Amino acid sequence: MQVELVSPERILYSGEAEMVICRTVSGDIAFLDHHAPFIGALDICVVRIKTANGEEKAAVHGGFVEVRDNRVIILSDVAELASQIDVEQARQRKEEFERNVEHWDDAEVEAGLRRAHVRLEVAGAV
Amino acid sequence: MAGGQERVLKRRIKSFQSMKKITRAMELIAASRIVKAQQRVSAARPYSEQITEVIRNLAAGGAGSSHPLLAERDEVRSIGYVVVTADRGLAGGYNSGVIRAAERALQAETGGDPSRYKLFLLGKKARDYFSYRGYQIEASFTGMSDQPTYDNAREVAEVIMKAFEEGQVDRVDLAYTQFLSVGTQRVVIRRFMPIEQESITEAPSEGPTADYEFEPSPDGILDRLLPRYAEARLFAAMLDAAASEHAARQRAMKSATDNAEELIKVLNRQMNRARQESITTEIMEIVGGAEALAQGAMKEPPDYFREHQETA
Repeated sequence: MQVELVSPERILYSGEAEMVICRTVSGDIAFLDHHAPFIGALDICVVRIKTANGEEKAAVHGGFVEVRDNRVIILSDVAELASQIDVEQARQRKEEFERNVEHWDDAEVEAGLRRAHVRLEVAGAV
Repeated sequence: MAGGQERVLKRRIKSFQSMKKITRAMELIAASRIVKAQQRVSAARPYSEQITEVIRNLAAGGAGSSHPLLAERDEVRSIGYVVVTADRGLAGGYNSGVIRAAERALQAETGGDPSRYKLFLLGKKARDYFSYRGYQIEASFTGMSDQPTYDNAREVAEVIMKAFEEGQVDRVDLAYTQFLSVGTQRVVIRRFMPIEQESITEAPSEGPTADYEFEPSPDGILDRLLPRYAEARLFAAMLDAAASEHAARQRAMKSATDNAEELIKVLNRQMNRARQESITTEIMEIVGGAEALAQGAMKEPPDYFREHQETA
């Protein structure tokens, strides 16, 4: 099946894949060939695109997924491929959030921490 | 004297030459930026196309149209105007074109009554113009016109959506310059809020709609999707405007360079004429002088000279 990962500024990934795993706001979901038409809102998560010769990971900070006609389209306003993630910066951000846990309101800290986690996980630095 | 004129002309030619160098450089920079800006416009297109399609499928799948960003207000008391201009000038009529169109719309629809409009301005030029004219400015954003990022668009869209949702404005129009080609750009004013139903709910392009599964509910997805859609639209407008700005600047600087060239040519001619004139005058003076001397030599020598010879 055809997979596209699209951010507002460009297409991050486009190609054939065997399986796509991601997480909608109500839980993890995986798409195989000829999945039924589906539209979902994505959580902050790692999107894993399994291809015939490996796996591509991307950090997605919210977004949408549409499956139709054997095509998976992932739309996200903030998305990064593993190769684009600055591990050092992500780690710093995470530490910063952890230090300031008590100063900021919970939702913001939680979202920030999860973003940092997802980034690090994608970059394989956890 | 003629030599003085020559010097003045030489100085002016020199200053036009350095001006030409500057405008030529700006022209080349703008030209290279157009290409980049155009690439960004086309790179942003898949996202906004896909997001529009998802909304269409959602609508076809029964998502309600009761979302606040979709609701038309019965009574439009106050209108918001988003004006997208540049931070820098020297771009021909680029800035004034958008500003004038926005001002005309504002005057026609609200009569310039400050309680009936809100201005959201992008770019220093719009801010300067409207504040100088005494308009009330709701928000202004600068430093993003050259190479707008999606984060910029999100920041601006957030302010506008908040004003709309809180009822400070009942409608928002977006004035920007559409990039049609390097040669053509057009100022347009488009509805921004509420999101026009027709633009997103017309029947999906191909055949009968598939039966989608939704996670969470269609309305839940639409809630999240519409703000993103608005951001993507604003982002597209900002990218278009940036490409138009560079195209306009390139054109303006090209004609400035041509004009400088023309002026240099004219001044060069004037200078050559002045130089020739001064040379001619000098030759005339020398010839006149020589002639006067020659005539003097042909006359008899003065008397004292003869006396001197005799005494010798």
